[in-house]
Amino acid sequence: MAAINITNVSKIYAGGVEAVKSVSIDIADGEFIVLVGPSGCGKSTLLRMVAGLEAISKGTVEIGDRVINDVEPAERDIAMVFQNYALYPHMTVYNNLAYGLKNRGTPKAEIDARVAEAARMLEIEQYLSRKPRALSGGQRQRVAMGRAIVRKPAAFLFDEPLSNLDAKLRVSMRGEIKQLQKRLGTTSLYVTHDQLEAMTLADRLVVLNGGQIEQIGKPLDVYHTPASTFVASFIGSPAMNLLRGTRDGNQLHFGSQVLDLGRAPAFPGQVTVGIRAEDLRIATPGEQALTLKVDYIEELGAQRLVHGTIDGKKLTASLSPEIEIGETMPLTIAPERLHFFDADTGKRLAQPFAVSEGKRVERLEIAGA
Amino acid sequence: MTNTPSSSAMSATLAAPAAGGPWGLFGRRKSASKPPEETDAKRVQFNSRLLPYLFLAPQMAIIFVFFYWPSVQAIHSSFYLEDPFGFGSTFVGLANYTDVLKSGEYLGIARFTAVFTALVTFFSLAIGLLLAVKADGVIRGNATYKTLLIWVYAIAPPVAGLMGMMMFDQHIGPLVKFAAFFGWDLKVGLNYNDTAFAMIVVSVWKQIPYNFIFFLSGLQGIPVSVREAALMDCRSGFRRFWTVILPLLAPTAFFLLIINTTYALFDTFGVIDVMVKDKAANNPITLVYKVYMDGFRGNDLGGSSAQSVILMIIVFVLTIFQFRFIERRVHYN
Repeated sequence: MAAINITNVSKIYAGGVEAVKSVSIDIADGEFIVLVGPSGCGKSTLLRMVAGLEAISKGTVEIGDRVINDVEPAERDIAMVFQNYALYPHMTVYNNLAYGLKNRGTPKAEIDARVAEAARMLEIEQYLSRKPRALSGGQRQRVAMGRAIVRKPAAFLFDEPLSNLDAKLRVSMRGEIKQLQKRLGTTSLYVTHDQLEAMTLADRLVVLNGGQIEQIGKPLDVYHTPASTFVASFIGSPAMNLLRGTRDGNQLHFGSQVLDLGRAPAFPGQVTVGIRAEDLRIATPGEQALTLKVDYIEELGAQRLVHGTIDGKKLTASLSPEIEIGETMPLTIAPERLHFFDADTGKRLAQPFAVSEGKRVERLEIAGA
Repeated sequence: MTNTPSSSAMSATLAAPAAGGPWGLFGRRKSASKPPEETDAKRVQFNSRLLPYLFLAPQMAIIFVFFYWPSVQAIHSSFYLEDPFGFGSTFVGLANYTDVLKSGEYLGIARFTAVFTALVTFFSLAIGLLLAVKADGVIRGNATYKTLLIWVYAIAPPVAGLMGMMMFDQHIGPLVKFAAFFGWDLKVGLNYNDTAFAMIVVSVWKQIPYNFIFFLSGLQGIPVSVREAALMDCRSGFRRFWTVILPLLAPTAFFLLIINTTYALFDTFGVIDVMVKDKAANNPITLVYKVYMDGFRGNDLGGSSAQSVILMIIVFVLTIFQFRFIERRVHYN
């Protein structure tokens, strides 16, 4: 077990394409870090650089105070779980687990003990003598986990390990990975494009976009205070509504529709306003409201997603299924629930209602930015 | 040459004709939505009983005309003593066989054939594999590199033999000069061992590209992530090769083992013919060449037929052995 320090790491491919741009992350011992972002954001490249499967173009990676830039993958004291399991097809489950230990000259008795322990933990004891092709996807995934566990490495690296599983299995394996990681206390770096997976697993999230870190933070912090419109739209389902608005005194104009903020916030006239679907509620008669023209609804059971437009701009509201849906609906939101982003850069603006009487424009200090 | 693994994939299910189905004469493929592990997905059902036989007929005709018929002919004539000028034949029972098996010359040639086959098979597989592993690791300009290696395969065996002769020519052969540099007076065509050496070199050289192509495609069929997993599990590249790469290449290697054995036994005829032509007497030849010599040069059709039957049995036994004892250790994915 060890801390991992990624310092100013870049990946520049032949031809000058920069897949990862000067990324720094400090991972504490035992922490579960999830790298999340859309395809091509550099998250897998970053993980593979830590694993030693890609050369590090610039910067350093330290695992437990040892710079491992030029260390062989097998010597880095890490174990990796691959998306397509990457089990050795010609070896039995037992040998798949034992292979890494055998190559390190671990005594036979200890290999037996460790394999038995991992197999018991993952409930794959009865499959030890089978070959991978005789296992189901979920069982193969467990074996892949087992192969990582038996090594007792300083860190686990996960490269979208659940993407090949069906939805139900994915949810249960997600829980198991989390439990297992807590129990073993092994530092973990986990890559996924699934924001829900990222939210549920992470101690801290790292949201990547275009090879750069958009935000690092605890899942709920990232959810409630997204550092940019990118994070706002990526984290959370349904995605946060982002609307162009104009401030005029105390009022916020969305085209012809107006929301009174009750106080003049301190930012320039043009802003991007972020609204979480669940923060919208039906306005009581007489209350100020935005009029949503309903297009269609999605039933989720516990909630109902109402998709529509206000003044031609798309908006999604998450409402209780008891509420009757009309052709238009009056919606309102508490002003302190609004998120404001710079209209040009997309960066988060200071929450005007958290700052006491503040008139100054302030950018939130964003971790890692 | 009928030992390719694909022959098992040809098995078709002959289903009873569906009563007046809308598909008429032509069968339809069952939905292939099942995962590839399940052999069912590859089965084809025909609605007519005759149709599958009709499809098989051309293949069967070729096998019959070029394999079974000559085999039966050979077995038949191996029991007769043919008149060299074609004026009838006399039944002699097993005399042709006993003559052949008692002949010291024949047994010597059989011994050479065994050594020759083993060496040619081993070296062409080993060098082909080595080149494939190296080519697989090349990133820049690998297309050119591969083409250069595959090129040799386009050369016909007699031409390869001729080129080999040039390389080993007593006066202008660069390999002779090279050997002389080490004090080895290489006399191909005169010295039995030197000729054998040259024959093996040319035969191996000719077969390497074939093995190279198959090994390369086999290597490229190994999932990258499995190699990467091995990279994290095992530090030594040599050990990784033996424990992960080679076992995953085993199906390819087994197929090539059979093909190469057959090659060394039969297809090296062209090379040998060019290298020993007209001076076979003191030179090494293989059993196939001996069949040709006795049958077409010596006009002893009976003895030659007996030899081909023996050869047929040898190949039969060898193939059974390979499938029974070696294939069991092969992991098919």
